[in-house]
Amino acid sequence: MPEYLLKIRRFDPKSGQAAYWDEHRVELGARNSVLDAILKVRDEVDGSVGIRCSCQQAICGSCGVRMNGKPGLACNTHLEVAAARMHGAGWNAPAPGDVVSQDAEEGDGAAGTTPAGVIEVEPMGNMPVIRDLIVDMDAVHWKKIQRVTPYLINKEPVPEREYIVPHENMVDITQTMACIQCGACVSDCLSMEIDPLFVGPAALAKAYRFVGDPRDAEHEERLKDLAEDEHGLYDCTHCFNCIDACPKEVAPMSQIMRLRRRAGSDFEINDRNNGQRHEESFVSLVGDYGLLHEAELLPRSFGGNSWFGKFHPAAGAVLLKSLGAIVPAVLRGKVKIKTALLGHKIAKPDLDAVKRVYKTVEERPQRVELNLYVSGYEDDPEPVGATAAQTASGEGPESASSESETS
Amino acid sequence: MPSHDVLIIGAGLAGQRAALAAAQTGATVAIISKVHPVRSHSVAAAGGINAALNPEDTWESHAFDTIKGSDYLGDQDAIEIMCREAPDEILWLEHAGVTFHRNERGNLGTRAFGGASAARTYYVADITGHAILHVLYEQLMKHSDTVDRYEEWFTTDLLQDDTGRCVGAICRNLRDGRLELFNAKAVILASGGAGQAYRPTTNGLIVTGDGIAQAYRIGARLMDMEMIQYHPTTLAGNGLLITEGARGEGAWLLNAKGERFMEKYAPNKMELASRDVVSRAEQTEINEGNGFPDGTVALDITKVPKRRVLEALREIVNIGRDFAGVDITSEPIHIHPGQHYIMGGVKTDVDGQTTIAGLYAAGEVACVSVHGGNRLGANSLLDTLIFGRRSGEHAAGQAMHMPMPSTPSSQVSDTDRHIQDIIDRPAGGPRVSAIKDELGDTMNQYVAVFRDADGLNKAHEIIRRLKEVAPTASIDDRGTVFNQDVIGAIELGYMLDVAEATVVGALERTESRGAQFRTDFPERNDDQWLKHIDVTVNGDDVPTISYSPVTITKWQPQERTY
Repeated sequence: MPEYLLKIRRFDPKSGQAAYWDEHRVELGARNSVLDAILKVRDEVDGSVGIRCSCQQAICGSCGVRMNGKPGLACNTHLEVAAARMHGAGWNAPAPGDVVSQDAEEGDGAAGTTPAGVIEVEPMGNMPVIRDLIVDMDAVHWKKIQRVTPYLINKEPVPEREYIVPHENMVDITQTMACIQCGACVSDCLSMEIDPLFVGPAALAKAYRFVGDPRDAEHEERLKDLAEDEHGLYDCTHCFNCIDACPKEVAPMSQIMRLRRRAGSDFEINDRNNGQRHEESFVSLVGDYGLLHEAELLPRSFGGNSWFGKFHPAAGAVLLKSLGAIVPAVLRGKVKIKTALLGHKIAKPDLDAVKRVYKTVEERPQRVELNLYVSGYEDDPEPVGATAAQTASGEGPESASSESETS
Repeated sequence: MPSHDVLIIGAGLAGQRAALAAAQTGATVAIISKVHPVRSHSVAAAGGINAALNPEDTWESHAFDTIKGSDYLGDQDAIEIMCREAPDEILWLEHAGVTFHRNERGNLGTRAFGGASAARTYYVADITGHAILHVLYEQLMKHSDTVDRYEEWFTTDLLQDDTGRCVGAICRNLRDGRLELFNAKAVILASGGAGQAYRPTTNGLIVTGDGIAQAYRIGARLMDMEMIQYHPTTLAGNGLLITEGARGEGAWLLNAKGERFMEKYAPNKMELASRDVVSRAEQTEINEGNGFPDGTVALDITKVPKRRVLEALREIVNIGRDFAGVDITSEPIHIHPGQHYIMGGVKTDVDGQTTIAGLYAAGEVACVSVHGGNRLGANSLLDTLIFGRRSGEHAAGQAMHMPMPSTPSSQVSDTDRHIQDIIDRPAGGPRVSAIKDELGDTMNQYVAVFRDADGLNKAHEIIRRLKEVAPTASIDDRGTVFNQDVIGAIELGYMLDVAEATVVGALERTESRGAQFRTDFPERNDDQWLKHIDVTVNGDDVPTISYSPVTITKWQPQERTY
């Protein structure tokens, strides 16, 4: 069996010592889990290693940790997969056995003298550490869950028997219901790192679980509440970390985007943070130019797509506030003044192709929302291919993570 | 000192349901759990929850299936209550927000399950327990002003006053190691089963028999402890659960020769016979050399349309991929019977009252007994909710008419000393994990699907020896913040108590019924053994055995075939 070097981040607040790396060599199969390795250390060597864990099958959500930088569950992360994520190789480095490029093998900060791999296990981020790998989820995660009114507000009258609701809707919200509250998405949410008050991916996914539930009476109130909160719906910057981190394929960011579509398109909520109009301006700019047009972004965000709107005073104020970011970007060559002012140009056939995409999407009678859980019935024949989607929620499972933003 | 009308220990489905029910009557309620409530092992229940809600179905049919499933050891008055109240409980859950599967008309839809004469299992994909547990927790968050939550507090002892009445508990806050005495007019145990006394088991690491042992130690009667359910489909190697929902959706069991062997054992119900029957069939195939070399048979889920698998059995697709390296939608997966559930527990009446005044129990920790010798799939979620609610209501009702008892605080210092003694044990003793592993292996070898007197006696000897050794096991963690090591040492003691009660019961019952199959007594013997075996503590000696009658209302025992 291969031998792994397991480096566990240890910390005991009562010890007076700073956090440190506790190293153990563990012999286990490559497809054993990181949790197996930690428990082996705990059982055989040092019973004081602190980690929450119970089910060992990725359903209780206890063992969220960072493994070689990536947050996830220790119990369903194979040792070989975690070890392949050496520093510099990114979160999703190819596992051994796959073809690995020389650069990724070497990395930059990995201890180089190990037989099968090095795995650094750390507590999750964005939450205070209580002890070793145990973080204070109450202080961050659960507080944010509380923030989104996390229970059904029943549509009245409550029926004598069950609510009659479409099969598709229940399948749809089952994706967010599948969240196990492990905190992996919260751990590496970049927006939350900048704005600790951000409601965050897990709580917003929870919010969709009610907004997508036909039995809930307050869809619009919920959406308005989250849209108007400056730390709410529009605070997400689409970094995809939460989608990548989630061990249950809940795709929190996709749920946030669905909340935005519900808020903006269905309820036409124009929030005071200008989030909705800002998002619309991206959409319209790409529709017009095929690419982003930076100089037009702010005016359109505030004034919509009208000529007078370009001179909206609030746009000027934000522009002034943003100079601190714009100037260094120009100085470092990340933005060219000319293209920023005049817009990017793409070839005519390409622009036509973009416009055709817009046309196809806009002509659909109903917005297509993709979902992990496939729609179907026991006696249905096997669909040919994965394109059985006619309704709001049916689509092949593989397509869920590649959901594109079309609104 | 926190004082509440009702103190609930354990926050899985039974505990949370009890808390909500008690709070609704206006009682003050606290719920304590050694883990965050959504980590409770109810979260792992996959397949669904039974109820005769469909107008064509009847509660009597559900009751009969349950009684037959129990091999006539279940108490029929309790089973009647459970099955009558099941439909309303499903509707209560639906109104609280559980995202139950719908049929094409938008009504609640069902799937087939083992041992049932109708498709009456309501479900959320294959995450039913998870979905219900999280919705109940939503309700607890909603009612945070009426239910005090103590999350990550470990209960060490139940407290009694001079009359023997249970008046609270001592608990340790895992965050800082502080002990607190919780005073209460009534205590409801809802702390789950004891699967970790076995290795392997489908149960999580937290399922260590705490409540059963705590009640047993203050003199409560345990009942049906010999009845241990081996689930027919657990993964080779790590023992993870593959839901019965797979067979409910149409998966087949095949031996290594490719034969659908259930034809021999249960020609009518085939794969959907009772769990004890299917597990015995598999074990027989394996023992007779018809299994695979890794001691397994195969579960063929490719019989279920792929689209349906991806919608309704998604979790086991992931389990197959992550924990066995098998794509269950394209090839059979190797499985064998594995410890899953204990039918026995703390003996209660239909309102959850144990034989100790003021102490209630509900869920897997309890034995009402609605499962008797063998529990039907999808009846455990129902049991937790029905008897959790009934316990909560009854305890709150009783509490209304009594003053808050006073509790001797000297007991805190006793507990404190006991914990400190564990921490201060000299290094170099045996490891807790080694003792636990030996216990688990012993139980899985001798107190499993097939048993006999020789094996059971051997198991009992080993357990007696481990009980002597356990108090010398040394631990490494001397800290106060999240000291899980010292908790592990205490849990080991709980598991040993539960294991001994199980073995003693299994030795006593010299017949084969439900999950207890004695190769030395292979027949069911209604003349002698249509009764419950009760086990009570007897100091440090071998526990005392007594009996309780089985309540029969209108279903006389018959021969049991599927």
